Amino acid sequence: MKTRRDFIKISAAGAGAAAIGLSAINWNGIGKAQASGSQHPVSEEEMTSFPTYCEVCFWKCAGWTYVDRNNNIRKIIGNKEDPHCSGRLCPRGTGGVGMYTDNDRLKTPLIRETVNGKQGFRKASWSEALDLVASKMKEVAEDYGPESFALFNHGAPGAHFKHLLHAYGSENEGEPAWAQCRGPREVGFSATFGSWIGSPEPTDIRDTDCLVLIGSHLGENMHNGQVQEVSTAIDRNATIITVDPRLSTIASKSKYWLPIKPATDMALLLSWIHVLIYEDIYDKKYVEKYAMGFEQLKDHVKNMTPEWAYGITTIQPDVIRKTAREMANASPAAIVHPGRHVVWYGDDSQRERAIAILNALLGSWGKRGGFYFKESITVPKYPHPEYPHAHWTWKDNLDGKYPLSAMGITTELLKASIPEFEYKHPIKAWLVAGTNLPLTIPDKELFQTAVQSVEFLAVVDTMPMDITSYADVILPECTYLERYDTIRSAPHREPNIALRMPAVEPKYETKPSWWIAKQLGERLGLGAYFDYDDYTEVLDWQLKKLGTSLEEMQKIGIKKFDRQSGPLYLADDEDYTFNTNSGKIELYSTEFEDHGFDPMPKFTQHPEPEEGFYRLIYGRAPMHTFSRTSNNPNLYDLMNENAVWVNPKVAELWDLKTGQMVWLQNQDGVISTFPIKVRITERIRWDSVYMVHGFGHANKKLTRTYGRGASDAKLITNIMTDPMMGGSGMRGNFVTFLTTDPGKEDNI
Amino acid sequence: MKEELFISGRNIPNIDPYLNIWHWEIPVYLYLGGISAGIMFFAGLFTILGKEKEMPTTVKWSPFLVPVALVLGLFALFLDLKHQLFFWRLYTTIRIESPMSWGAWTLMFVTPISMIWAAAYLKELIPGWKWKINILDQFETLVIKNRKLLAWAMMILAIILGVYTGILLSAFNARPLWNTSILGPLFLVSGLSTGLAAIIWMSKSHMERTVLTKIDIILIGVELFLIIHLFMGFLAGSAVKIEAAELFLGGPFTTTFWGIVVILGLIIPVILEILELRGHKVPIWIPSLLILFGGLVFRFIMVEAGQITRFLY
Amino acid sequence: MRYGMAIDTTKCVGCSDCVVACQTENNVPHGYCRDWIVENVAGSYPNVEIELRSERCNHCENSPCVRCCPTGASHIVEGGIIMVTHNECIGCGACIESCPYDARYSHPEGYVDKCTFCQHRLEKGQNTACVEVCPTKCLHFGDLDDPYSDVSIALKNRKWKVLAPEAGTKPQLFFLT
Repeated sequence: MKTRRDFIKISAAGAGAAAIGLSAINWNGIGKAQASGSQHPVSEEEMTSFPTYCEVCFWKCAGWTYVDRNNNIRKIIGNKEDPHCSGRLCPRGTGGVGMYTDNDRLKTPLIRETVNGKQGFRKASWSEALDLVASKMKEVAEDYGPESFALFNHGAPGAHFKHLLHAYGSENEGEPAWAQCRGPREVGFSATFGSWIGSPEPTDIRDTDCLVLIGSHLGENMHNGQVQEVSTAIDRNATIITVDPRLSTIASKSKYWLPIKPATDMALLLSWIHVLIYEDIYDKKYVEKYAMGFEQLKDHVKNMTPEWAYGITTIQPDVIRKTAREMANASPAAIVHPGRHVVWYGDDSQRERAIAILNALLGSWGKRGGFYFKESITVPKYPHPEYPHAHWTWKDNLDGKYPLSAMGITTELLKASIPEFEYKHPIKAWLVAGTNLPLTIPDKELFQTAVQSVEFLAVVDTMPMDITSYADVILPECTYLERYDTIRSAPHREPNIALRMPAVEPKYETKPSWWIAKQLGERLGLGAYFDYDDYTEVLDWQLKKLGTSLEEMQKIGIKKFDRQSGPLYLADDEDYTFNTNSGKIELYSTEFEDHGFDPMPKFTQHPEPEEGFYRLIYGRAPMHTFSRTSNNPNLYDLMNENAVWVNPKVAELWDLKTGQMVWLQNQDGVISTFPIKVRITERIRWDSVYMVHGFGHANKKLTRTYGRGASDAKLITNIMTDPMMGGSGMRGNFVTFLTTDPGKEDNI
Repeated sequence: MKEELFISGRNIPNIDPYLNIWHWEIPVYLYLGGISAGIMFFAGLFTILGKEKEMPTTVKWSPFLVPVALVLGLFALFLDLKHQLFFWRLYTTIRIESPMSWGAWTLMFVTPISMIWAAAYLKELIPGWKWKINILDQFETLVIKNRKLLAWAMMILAIILGVYTGILLSAFNARPLWNTSILGPLFLVSGLSTGLAAIIWMSKSHMERTVLTKIDIILIGVELFLIIHLFMGFLAGSAVKIEAAELFLGGPFTTTFWGIVVILGLIIPVILEILELRGHKVPIWIPSLLILFGGLVFRFIMVEAGQITRFLY
Repeated sequence: MRYGMAIDTTKCVGCSDCVVACQTENNVPHGYCRDWIVENVAGSYPNVEIELRSERCNHCENSPCVRCCPTGASHIVEGGIIMVTHNECIGCGACIESCPYDARYSHPEGYVDKCTFCQHRLEKGQNTACVEVCPTKCLHFGDLDDPYSDVSIALKNRKWKVLAPEAGTKPQLFFLT
């Protein structure tokens, strides 16, 4: 019988095979099946809970890890006192258990070796692996100076290795969080308000009356506290305006969805500024009191009418006017959200400036329902000798390029690693901790060349991520559920700190980052910087300085403090000095002007796809964080591959069917390593395709996620660099479909 | 365009994307139950009519198949169970509303009766057979004396069993293809017909075959009538019923159902049977085999297609 | 007492937290789930609408799964919660066939499993795991007979629907629209 199901079964072969296996076991082993009884839920009284804060994403929600009497981690529940999560973790936090239970975890230190001309990894003892890394670090320091040793990091391990690197004498560190993510918004807002946005964003969404999202897909990016506040805002009937070429989840919940033509957001923002000013509906009192450069701005946007913007953005002029009025009505309880991953077209700092200016005109900075004044606790530094002076840093390589970059630019560190670029100060070796560069950094060729050029690469991770296959030494870190870490102190309405402590002993031979850093430090003769036997000594010392103790924090997990910096919002007519050159909100940026950039944002036309090509838009799924969670058994269960979203009209043109596997090829001829499933949907424009970032892993040791879905990072080869801060603009890439296997000649 | 999809990764074995919790075991169980019901019904009927002599295969020989078929059927049912260790739970309670329950209980009665019936003819089948235990001998005498009574019981239980094979499916409101009261009579008639086919195949008496063939032609006529009724009912029904019918009217089951079940399993055999009655030479096993095969395929299709039909997703 | 749940489709973002929270709370094996999320897209670009529904066992008042169970393993407890006693279940699959919502599945250990409304938590006065974790607070749970319960208030103030009402099972999951 050839039925519909037979056909489907083939595509669901994996699950089917598992089921057959399971029923076979059951049939063969009657009786055995009853033995475990593990299937029953365990009540919370029968478990012990340990405080932690989540490491699955940068939001770092505080929670409790529940451990049963057999020492199994059963679940993680949010800490009710935590302003990041209010007791509700997101799916990734709840599924964080899977980071611990994943059988594919790195289990022992591994060292690369060549046997009979074939390279492979062999298991090594910790002392051997640490000795090797330390000796290489010494070599690099002797031959080139310690500055030639660079650190790439993300998340909690970063702090420990930054400390090691600084003690060793290098300040060359970079995290993709700057140049591949949120750098431009910090530049744009800092130029306007003299303050970074930071993380978590000080957006007062719970009290807002109007939330404007520019391509930001809250709800699909599960920035927990923010998503919770959006939910509150929806209850309060706040107006949500979403600008996105795709009907994102939040767009579907918005009063206004503006299905903008991609790459034209700047025109829309400028026309909104035009409407606010020329309809005289901006917050005059606020602008008069706190802002400078209004007349210049007014003159600047004179011709940027909704009609002008319509021709560029395809958004109807009356919709532009209506939405601008909605914002003005809500002002100052209106937020034009700065977004988070904002490296799109290379003029991103300027686009963020336009967003900041809009907020200034709405008077929302420092106002209820706008942006509150965040505050955080400064955790005292555990005493250590002064760091040696680094003779050069990544900045010295730039020759004045990217003057506004405030954090290490990963791509610049990569370039410095490649001799052909002839950088003044070359990088010779890397330590990579907690970031999967091959799937994070666009422009694969740059990464490939750089990784081949360096003399030594050590990787610290919990999982055999793609980056580990390039390593000379792999150091297995234990997961966040098995270790102490630095105190979390993030800015919020109420300053607060959170503790992470182990709920169970580290599995396998894994070790916490603080221990690895200390061991390396001691081997490098830097023991004085690690003057403790256990990290609990550091934590206890710091916590006592803060008026609590490790013992207390182990019981409560999170502690809130009274604000010291004054109220959350500006009072009416309160005098306030902004941290800008002029001390005012700069509608006209003197900082930009000083560096030779446009003091006010301008619209630039960005390239359009050629016929047969579609703009590659990527984004996030609520169940995954970048590429790091796709092998997590709990989260894999929720989403095990990405799909390419195609408009039905495009699908018809290409004769594509939902569920069909295709390969994607970009404008430079780069083809995705793995095929990706087609999802035909009305949620995407006909000139674009969409896919979730973080899939298409090429390391077979990630047994679940290997080869599932495609990596958007690989298809991003056209980088539009932001001249101000070095951001890697990634949205100028176009793909086409290959319906037959393009062959295997191509490597990772 | 409309889209409906699971976005939380749901892909449960045997549930998604289409329900497929019942595999070959259930249709085989229903099939063997149907044949058994057919054989028992006619054995009982002709005993009551006093035709043991004229219809020896019907009354005496074919019932030997029944205990075997029922035990095999029960074994298939057992194989279908996923929590087999707890099989006995079926017999610690009677759930009036559960077809599965009263099916299990019906079989509990039918199987021993079929065994007793067959055992009482063992001496005629194997001349010189002796029960080694005295009580059994006495019991046999008792049975033989009361054969007519037993025949009545067997005939009634056979109807219940035959109808049950249909009701097991038709009781599921959630599966629009099954949820029709025609399914009970249809499975009964189909069971009787497959039972007859088995008897005809075994019978060596021309006279007996002629009688049975005439009955079978009528049964197949009724069956075709019920099938047409089934689809008329679906097409006059709600959207889900129409969707269910469409599986057979242009959908993936069209060829198998109309080609194998209806044409090959009903129409061709009935033509052959008519030809045979009119004196044409037709090898007797051909129509029987076609009917038996068609009946088996019919149950496979109904079980498989029924699980695809649903209200949601 | 009559437990019920209202799911706010206008606030659900489909994050699947309810699914993973249920899996860890109830130790649901990988590859299986007691709740799930359906996305419904209708219209054509740019006039498109999305409905997101967190679904689970409807704990129907007129419950075909309980009726068709041959052993009584599927049964109704206080509050109208439908439970399966594992060591009474023979795994015949009848209840799985009988459910119009495909809410039941065959656990790898043989018995049939499904949502219990976290009865073990309700007993202790706690809410269900999915309701407790939902970041958008789009799940409302409680006693339908109590006019002041979270679920009753939600149903009173909002428009709602049930799924497949034509199946006639009187489901106790209500979708706020």
